[in-house]
Amino acid sequence: MPKIKLPTKSPHIDMTPMVDLFSVVLTFLMLTTTMRQPEPAPVDTPFSISDKTAPDANIMTVMLSKDSRVFFNIDNGTDTSLHFKGKILTEMGKRYNITFTPGEVKLFENYPSTFGLGIQNMKTFLNSKDVKVKESLQLKGMPIDSLDNQLATWILAARQVNPNVQACIKGDVDAPYPLVKKVLDILQDKNVNKFNLITNLEATEVKQSEL
Amino acid sequence: MAEIIQEDKQKGGKKKPKHHSTHIDMTPMVDLMCLLITFFMLTTAFSKAKVMEIYLPEKIKKNEKVEPPKIAESRTINIILGPNNKVYWYPGRIKDIKNPPMLQITDYSDQGIRKLLLDRNRLLFKKVAKFKEDMIRENPTMNRDTLAANIRRFNKADDSGPIVLIKAYKESRYANIVDIIDEMAICNIVRYALVDINYAEESMVKAAIGQTSTAAPSNP
Repeated sequence: MPKIKLPTKSPHIDMTPMVDLFSVVLTFLMLTTTMRQPEPAPVDTPFSISDKTAPDANIMTVMLSKDSRVFFNIDNGTDTSLHFKGKILTEMGKRYNITFTPGEVKLFENYPSTFGLGIQNMKTFLNSKDVKVKESLQLKGMPIDSLDNQLATWILAARQVNPNVQACIKGDVDAPYPLVKKVLDILQDKNVNKFNLITNLEATEVKQSEL
Repeated sequence: MAEIIQEDKQKGGKKKPKHHSTHIDMTPMVDLMCLLITFFMLTTAFSKAKVMEIYLPEKIKKNEKVEPPKIAESRTINIILGPNNKVYWYPGRIKDIKNPPMLQITDYSDQGIRKLLLDRNRLLFKKVAKFKEDMIRENPTMNRDTLAANIRRFNKADDSGPIVLIKAYKESRYANIVDIIDEMAICNIVRYALVDINYAEESMVKAAIGQTSTAAPSNP
């Protein structure tokens, strides 16, 4: 009896549908992505029912971490060709008698995340490529005490360069109240009376029947 | 995702012109795509951050004399944000520093401070909720801004709701402030203000904390 020969199938799998799907997902992600920015300290924002989205541009962010450090960031505004960030840094340099080279200004403009250090260390901070050095410079955060209130100067400089700037406060759940109060006071001293507190959305509803 | 390419067996000595398969090996492309997808998935921030807006009254300059606004005592509730997520509150104002009003203790849950605020603000809250419901039923095409404007009109005309003075004790956290302002939004409270805590209230809170901590060990 002749043996029954099984037809030998090619072990090849047709990957075309998979590739199609992957391309679609990839295109979608590439188009919708907004990069998450690395942050110098982990900040866990509180929840609220507010569903207003944060403004995209013209913001200055004051970040308050759990361990009472203050960080600051500004953006370039809606028109990046105006180089607001760089101008603010040069303005800051003028006030503290530090001249920043165009290279350093450029580095500052491209630095994506918030920073918390005294302006005296800014040169070393911008020129170093080592993440550990950057971290160690930010151990104390931005100086905000009344002797050397650099946060106030940053706010003033930011508002002078970009009058449309809005204040955002991104505080950690466990940031102590006296610090929050201090930062609010500093902002109010510079005539900023409207704040955006950055929160996460959490839906809560009060039912009619509960009344 | 590896691919095994089968070699064709050549029969006999006949030489056929080599037949190139039209098939392209897609494996490297798939590999690369996997990598890119993973990268994008991990770095994307899908949900944009939400913000809660607050407006604080302008600071009074040093040599400027401004009368503080007069508010009805009967409508006033003082909320003091205490340590350990506790809320202390008392109605009205302190008339006699030596004999301060009792502080009530509650928390941020929906049975705590929300119940109290809703209770005080029931009239306005019901009005707004009813209006919203009617609008959804009768005029669902009304846009959000018009709805908000109408609600604002109600809010402005309201003269029964509480006036909440929010004061934070030094040991409270940032989340407490956000929670309490959020609670104002949930309960639709129109008139509230962040106020500095005064000395009398601070000592009242201190006394209240002392009471609870001495009372705690006695009931296990």
